[in-house]
Amino acid sequence: MTTPCYDEMREPDGTVRPAYDGYRQWLEAQPPGLLKRKGVEAEAFFRRTGITFNVYGAADAEERLIPFDPVPRIITASQWRKLSRGIDQRVRALNAFLHDLYHRQEIVRAGRLPERLLQGNAAYLPQMAGFTPPGGVYTHIVGIDLVRTGEDDFMVLEDNARTPSGVSYMLENRETMMAMFPELFTRVRVREVSDYPRRLARSLAACAPAAFAGDKPTVAVLTPGIYNSAYFEHAFLADQMGAELVEGSDLKVEGGRVAMRTTRGWQPVDVIYRRVDDEYLDPLSFNPDSVLGVAGIMDVYRAGGITIANAPGTGISDDKAIYSFMPEIVEFYTGEKPILPNVPTWRCSEPDALAYVLDNLAELVVKEVHGSGGYGMLIGPTSSKKEIATFAAKLRARPDNYIAQPTLSLSTVPIFTKAGLAPRHVDLRPFVLVSPHGIDITPGGLTRVALKKGSLVVNSSQGGGTKDSWVLDD
Amino acid sequence: MLGRSANGIFWLFRYLERAENTVRLIEAGFRMALTRDSGAASEEWRSVLITLGMQHAYAARHGDDVTGAHVFNFVLRDRDNPASVMAMIEAARTNARMVRTGITREVWEAVNESWMKLREIFARPVTETRLRDVLDAVRRQATQVRGAIESTMLRNDIYHFAGIGTFVERADNTARILDVKYYVLLPSLSAVGSSLDNVQWENVLRSVAGERAYRWLNAGQMDPRGIASFLILDQRFPRSLAFCYAQLQANMGFLANEYGFETEAHAIYQSGYGRLSALTIEAIFEQGLHQFIGEFLACNNRLAQQIQRDYRFVE
Repeated sequence: MTTPCYDEMREPDGTVRPAYDGYRQWLEAQPPGLLKRKGVEAEAFFRRTGITFNVYGAADAEERLIPFDPVPRIITASQWRKLSRGIDQRVRALNAFLHDLYHRQEIVRAGRLPERLLQGNAAYLPQMAGFTPPGGVYTHIVGIDLVRTGEDDFMVLEDNARTPSGVSYMLENRETMMAMFPELFTRVRVREVSDYPRRLARSLAACAPAAFAGDKPTVAVLTPGIYNSAYFEHAFLADQMGAELVEGSDLKVEGGRVAMRTTRGWQPVDVIYRRVDDEYLDPLSFNPDSVLGVAGIMDVYRAGGITIANAPGTGISDDKAIYSFMPEIVEFYTGEKPILPNVPTWRCSEPDALAYVLDNLAELVVKEVHGSGGYGMLIGPTSSKKEIATFAAKLRARPDNYIAQPTLSLSTVPIFTKAGLAPRHVDLRPFVLVSPHGIDITPGGLTRVALKKGSLVVNSSQGGGTKDSWVLDD
Repeated sequence: MLGRSANGIFWLFRYLERAENTVRLIEAGFRMALTRDSGAASEEWRSVLITLGMQHAYAARHGDDVTGAHVFNFVLRDRDNPASVMAMIEAARTNARMVRTGITREVWEAVNESWMKLREIFARPVTETRLRDVLDAVRRQATQVRGAIESTMLRNDIYHFAGIGTFVERADNTARILDVKYYVLLPSLSAVGSSLDNVQWENVLRSVAGERAYRWLNAGQMDPRGIASFLILDQRFPRSLAFCYAQLQANMGFLANEYGFETEAHAIYQSGYGRLSALTIEAIFEQGLHQFIGEFLACNNRLAQQIQRDYRFVE
């Protein structure tokens, strides 16, 4: 790292920042060895409760734990106020953008977004054109990935508008912290996150389809099944919401509704919170080989027989090629300047940008436009000459497929290590619910942390861990 | 509840029950083998394999070499044995994960913890010295799961499908033991059993954890007809066929009540339970113990199949 990075707990001279003052006072009063002992307890707790995830491509297909670090990541009330305004604005823009893309495409007509980004983009679903989802909501659940580089410098690294995951870790991390350090929570006032499932259930129920009749919509969580990497979360959310956890094989289309096979017979479902990708949702409309979805669900959807959350086709809005246009998008639909900036981004599809990126690969992070989870990317500063050369060849062959960003000096938060507290890079994914009643942001979110010293990769699939994220109460 | 969840719950409890009963069978076999010469011990282990329906799979692995350590390692933990106790615990946990939303956190944790503990225990070969500890551990885990169910689960359809899985499996297991050992209980020429007979009878009781209860009820007197009656008709004994069917009565009755309809499975159940309640041990021996058990096993199996159809376990 060439620039020194911002540590969220300490000033460069070592003084503890105000946000961490209460935590520091508590920590100093604790016996030595406490964090270590509690860390071991936490791991046993996670194993027993089965808070695990599966790593795709891992040879042993074992369930792994996402390492949990017992030092909280703390955000002050005033920082959070600003962040939530920015998130609210961005999520409003995302939904307006989606509605526009699938209707008149005013933004393209106005010349603010190149049409080529939509043409041939697999994330744009022609099946959604001209259709407005129940309640006008496209992204019922959004995760906005934020990174920080200074006291007031938060930037959006990525929008997750498809099926963002990680919220169960946000909830379990808090439960774990409260179980391990109850007295800490009596000393420091932290805003509650535990009612997220209830708010999610309410938010989903508020988007019931036209065909719904009755007093309480039936909500089901659609999972690809127990071998999916996020299965724990699917089960967790269904459990917490009191919703059925269904698989594609439990569902069929009957009499214009989507029904689930229960022990009493087939029962209609009103709202599906699906954790299955668009492509697999309906073998009749999308991938014909899919067994994870429901044949004919798209027809039912378009006829107002079911709500699908998130709506199919929202992936077009978090596409990395679209991402670079987000500042324009926010301004176009809200008429306001974006509160949260983007990370500066070079679109490799543009010749000048490509030339710059190729000349500076060693300093840049290059990502696949459609990739996720930290796969298929190049981190220039930590790559060998050979890796860079190989990647440059890929980049030249398909420049449209990549964007590049500077290697950010991400902020650090201390983690607990054998040698005591040591700073590590973090990001933050707040979770946002959207319903016809408005936008609801859970205070905090999921902090992911790169456990290796100096590493910038926070993805759990690549050895990242998580922390409890606190928003202080005023 | 989802049909698939009912299926998951049903099998979760069948596997747990089967794992526990398998362990009892091994325990009885081991004890028996200790008191016999090697030929007879080998015979005893063979009958354990037959009771579990593993004789062919075992032969494919070890041929004719039927010795204790081979048998119990095969039954408990051999990766080539898809019906091993470890495989059942694994399958139970997979089902529990699948129906995670239908069981309480306590039940899930008990199942998950069993899986973690047993996986560790079964990671290395089980020696004769270690066998007792291993068997104890399996039994203790099963007890823990059962305790979690009884004290935390809502008494709804999920609970009753769990009961159906448990008691269909348990009835099957007890009947299988009788099916393989029936000849031990047939009337012998001598009115008073030889000491060998006594050992055999006690072993049958031990396989279903019933030796103490039986002795207590019968002031220590072993008698084959009494033992058969105890295992088949005594509703006080939790592993008897009559007990299992009395429990199923409550489970099946709840579903009929709650759902407002009876199914074909109810008819099969009624006829099975009716026959059990009307029978005396004399009538059973007159009909032929072996034939009776064969018919019971077939009927029990039909019941299980029909429940899976009636409640839409699979498409």
